[in-house]
Amino acid sequence: MTDKTLSSPIRDHGHHGSTWRRLPLVLALTVVVVLLSAALFAPWIAPQDPNLVSLADRLKGPSAAHWLGTDHLGRDILSRLIYGTRMSLGSVILCIALILAIAIPLGGAAGFIGGRLDQGLMRLCDGMMTFPTVVLALFLIGALGTGLVNVIIAIAISHFPFYARMVRSVVMNLRSKDYVLAARVCGAGRTRLFIDHFLPSIAAQMVVLASLDVGHMMLHVSGLSFLGLGVETPTAEWGVMISDARQFVFSQPMLIVLPGLCLLFSVMAANILGDALRDRLDPNNQTGHHH
Amino acid sequence: MLTSDISTPRTLEIRGLSVCATRRGHHIDLVRNLSLTLNTGEILALVGASGSGKSMTCAGAQGVLPPGVISPHGHVLVDGVHLAPRALRGRLVSTVLQNPRSAFNPVRTMFDHACEVRRVAAASPAGDKTAVREAFLEVGLEDADTVMDLYPFEMSGGMLQRVMIALAILSGAPFIFADEPTTDLDLIVQARILDLLSGLVARRGLGMLLVTHDMGVVARLATRVAVMEAGQIVEEAPVADIFHAPRHPATRALVAAHLKLYEGAIA
Repeated sequence: MTDKTLSSPIRDHGHHGSTWRRLPLVLALTVVVVLLSAALFAPWIAPQDPNLVSLADRLKGPSAAHWLGTDHLGRDILSRLIYGTRMSLGSVILCIALILAIAIPLGGAAGFIGGRLDQGLMRLCDGMMTFPTVVLALFLIGALGTGLVNVIIAIAISHFPFYARMVRSVVMNLRSKDYVLAARVCGAGRTRLFIDHFLPSIAAQMVVLASLDVGHMMLHVSGLSFLGLGVETPTAEWGVMISDARQFVFSQPMLIVLPGLCLLFSVMAANILGDALRDRLDPNNQTGHHH
Repeated sequence: MLTSDISTPRTLEIRGLSVCATRRGHHIDLVRNLSLTLNTGEILALVGASGSGKSMTCAGAQGVLPPGVISPHGHVLVDGVHLAPRALRGRLVSTVLQNPRSAFNPVRTMFDHACEVRRVAAASPAGDKTAVREAFLEVGLEDADTVMDLYPFEMSGGMLQRVMIALAILSGAPFIFADEPTTDLDLIVQARILDLLSGLVARRGLGMLLVTHDMGVVARLATRVAVMEAGQIVEEAPVADIFHAPRHPATRALVAAHLKLYEGAIA
């Protein structure tokens, strides 16, 4: 821990910190800030109601009234894209919250209690991790039914094993630390011990893991919505927008390209930020500061 | 109530304690049917070679054995009352560990650690700086207010060990288990920490179980000595008898090794 504290300032001032190397990070941060403000202030910045149908204006190109044109029902694309950030970011945040709510208690219990419980839980996680997350999510949606809530639940369930295993490994690593023993012989109860001495380390790992996963989850939400399993069709969501635009791919390709670009940039930004966060926070990555 | 009452003597009894490790279905006995009695106002030294089960005795009595190690038998009685191990920790028994460097959470200050102890001791308010300051001053941390805001990596091993002893005071527990409290420290700091511990026991009338394999420390501090070998207490006697009339071969070996090392001087 001492080493880490001492080495981080040295790392920051090395030749790695040149403007060119930081450019992707700066761009990613900009994208995230833009997305967040779009999601938060959508009703104020969106020029029109995203669901306002105007069949007279259908499939129009960019104009002063509709900066990015209109879709097949004459709805303003820019407004729909802006409102779409709400769905994407909101569902990802819900996914992560749900994942943490499942993974921290399960991983914590496995690491703390160990023995049969640990074996059982970890074999379950291993079993779930053998399926690609999308396949598992599709299977779960098949069982739960379609709809955004079920998509979020399915994504959370298909992703939580990775988090639970990480929580477990952090707990097992800390459990044998002298300061944890010291806290125990001081009489700290399990809850106290967990909150004071385990949660901060777990949180650091979770931030890294979650930020690397944000992009994947956005893709999952939009992908599943594209397939008609998630967000229902009138709602403004990037995946739904792409799906709706399929029939007009030759006449009005921008209908597909624009939400696709939104998705591309947000996923890239999330991944770049995740990488940067991992470089900073992950104790296992002390020397590997590279892009 | 932070200080234990000197006037009423209290006793802590460990009865029939067994500790064993389980490896692939095999049981390896680490402590076998061990009993000992610790009174307030005395320092009972638990000595023995490495691996004789000294630390496991402390951990077993407090119910903080490492994973894979269990304690199938054993009771702890305080003043004749049977108590669960977790009722001891931090309330009746405070612990001074051997490696101050790693015994503090690296991301918490000394004051945070003090609050943790005071919370368990139900001292209110837990975040009262005056009580913490007094305890820090008592263990010779002159600049108590500065020390409170320090993180473990900003301090020396000796200072950290003093804080650990201050935490033991803050807990208000009548008994201290000191598990090789000076092993990780250099000689001069060792001597000071030992003086501090013995002063504390005398002043506050604490009962201290001192785990060590350093017979110099034993000669300097202990009132009584219990010698362990292979998980059992093989000899228990006042400190003078241990050095001048050792009966068991294990005791003789420890004393002989010590005398050889220090060319005949006991302490």
